[in-house]
Amino acid sequence: MAEAAQMQVSDEVAITINNMNKWYGTFHVLRDIDLTVYRGERIVICGPSGSGKSTLIRCINALEEHQQGEIVVDGTLLSSDLKNIDTIRSEVGMCFQHFNLFPHLTILENCTLAPIWVRKIPKKEAEETAMHFLEKVKIPDQAGKYPGQLSGGQQQRVAIARSLCMKPRIMLFDEPTSALDPEMIKEVLDTMIELAEEGMTMLCVTHEMGFARQVANRVIFMDAGQIVEQNEPEAFFNNPQSDRTKLFLSQILGH
Amino acid sequence: MPTDTSVAFVRTAEIPPSPPPASETGIVKWLRENLFSSWGNTILTLFSFWAIYVILTATVPWIVNGVWTTSSLAACREVLQGEVGACFSVLTERWNQLLYGFKYPVEEYWRPNLAFLLLFAAAAPVLFFDLPRKLLIFTALYPFIAYWLIWGGSIMIPIVALLGFVAGYFVFDRFGKQSFAQGFFGAIVAAFVVWWLGGFLIPDTEDTLLPAVPSRDLGGFMLNMMLGVTCVSLSLPLGIVLALGRQSKMPLIKGICVIFIEFIRGVPLITLLFVASVMLSYFFPPESTVDLFLRVVIMITMFSAAYIAEVIRGGLAALPKGQYEAADSLGLDYPQAMRLIILPQALKISIPGIVNVAVGLFKDTTLVSVISMFDLVGMIRGPILASTEWNGVYWELLSFAALLFFIVCYGISQYSQWLERRLATDHR
Ligand SMILES: Nc1ncnc2c1ncn2[C@@H]1O[C@H](COP(=O)(O)OP(=O)(O)O)[C@@H](O)[C@H]1O
Ligand SMILES: [Mg+2]
Repeated sequence: MAEAAQMQVSDEVAITINNMNKWYGTFHVLRDIDLTVYRGERIVICGPSGSGKSTLIRCINALEEHQQGEIVVDGTLLSSDLKNIDTIRSEVGMCFQHFNLFPHLTILENCTLAPIWVRKIPKKEAEETAMHFLEKVKIPDQAGKYPGQLSGGQQQRVAIARSLCMKPRIMLFDEPTSALDPEMIKEVLDTMIELAEEGMTMLCVTHEMGFARQVANRVIFMDAGQIVEQNEPEAFFNNPQSDRTKLFLSQILGH
Repeated sequence: MPTDTSVAFVRTAEIPPSPPPASETGIVKWLRENLFSSWGNTILTLFSFWAIYVILTATVPWIVNGVWTTSSLAACREVLQGEVGACFSVLTERWNQLLYGFKYPVEEYWRPNLAFLLLFAAAAPVLFFDLPRKLLIFTALYPFIAYWLIWGGSIMIPIVALLGFVAGYFVFDRFGKQSFAQGFFGAIVAAFVVWWLGGFLIPDTEDTLLPAVPSRDLGGFMLNMMLGVTCVSLSLPLGIVLALGRQSKMPLIKGICVIFIEFIRGVPLITLLFVASVMLSYFFPPESTVDLFLRVVIMITMFSAAYIAEVIRGGLAALPKGQYEAADSLGLDYPQAMRLIILPQALKISIPGIVNVAVGLFKDTTLVSVISMFDLVGMIRGPILASTEWNGVYWELLSFAALLFFIVCYGISQYSQWLERRLATDHR
């Protein structure tokens, strides 16, 4: 499926990050981040643990506050104004490493909650949309169960469906497969690949290099809070420029 | 090691299941395993049987020989002729006093009785949330109906009170969407305006449909129930607000909640009750009609709310941070995230702790007897034991009080266990 990488990327801008800096207390976790994401782009972010990957994508939907620079998501400037934050969050879907499904609600209720309360969509319609996306991630028959009754891979697919029910224009993934057993990784990646093929703008923090080669049109390597290198996947993997990238790639591909 | 045996093995015939040996089933096995499994265990078992025997031989004749129909302790002794036996006559003769106190007019007993029955209808949709939500309308009206039934007086008082809440609700509904603070304070102002205006509507006449009964005439177990129900239902929401306030990022709100909780928890309830009975009259204007019942309700509510707040804080802390983040990332705002995601889970974790506080609160309502309110214990210690007929009937009266409290507290505990099972969705 090498054609995935050639899928249309428009020149319309989805996310702009300008000279962004973030500190945890006195710890300078993100340094001078500049990044422009075009609509339809599929970006994979990788880098050693603690390099600030999660922090970066969590800044995009304001789960973390940044202290300097600006972030514009879908034309909305991210400021401390709560109105803007809620607008952005309802346009940007996010999937977490540990799924973070709501354990006290059924799968269907997990998926309809935000559409009903945030988008004010009638319950009936929200349920239809939810069933549509649950079918898409191939677990419509689990709709009445609780998250605790599902396997990890199924839970992560529900989490993706839950985000999709908000009809987001951008999806963020923070290591969606790192908490899964190997045999479940594929089912989640397949769902993500399908999403990519439909032209969703995606930012994925992941160490699944096969996935990166297959769907990404850009790979970003981060280390110590900085973007060290970015390139198209083929060039990135076959011909890394920076020493730190080379070291990192040799570590994760080496064995 | 013999070399001719192969490690390869294939089962050809299924082994059918067979019943366990007789020594492993039935009552014999149960007895052996649970009561006589070792020497120490056997001794303990025999000792326990002996203790149960001693207790039963002491109490059963006392209860069975009980006298129910005499009119004084002396008459009881006459009937019993020196035999062991309880004098339950005090319960039948003073039944009304035990339940309603000694001043509540006898011909009005149907009013608290009716209020008590309606309490079940009002509590049902809250306790059993599978019931239709429409029933909650009656729950919302119940406090006003119960007030009118128990205290009587002009029906305009509960109606005006209700209208104040309705006005507040509409103002909040109208303005709370734009800004929570605007809606919240607007609602308070609206409610007070309605109450102030409504004050002129309340007639001054004495002859009302239901004759007025002043608070100081309430008593008996009825008073314990009233205090218990009112304070539990008020302290739960207040406790939630305090727990959330303690988590607030706004230093002022957080500070107020922390000081309130720590101060109230650090003071014995009995002190607060004395403050209610004596000191609060200094704070309210001298001619004010803030009566003792209301003052006691305020104090007990604050006291248990502080405890409930800490229990709920534990529940909030037990939730993974991911739940907050998932709610945020879906675009839910703070009230929605709390109401739909965080509190349902935090409260579920907190159920045993909350029930603990509720049971404790209910029993602590007997403390009002020390500030000379005549609740069940106050009635027993005061008018009944002090009377010449019943001077000295401790066991019967106190056992009766214990039984009433036990029934209610056991009911609460059973309900909470049902609730925990009903809410168990995590399938661990
Ligand atoms: N809430 C926090 N407070 C302080 N330091 C944090 C916090 N979250 C993350 N960090 C630190 O910031 C750095 C980057 O974290 P993170 O973005 O999670 O890295 P990654 O996802 O690349 O592994 C790490 O060194 C981590 O210890
Ligand atoms: Mg991370």
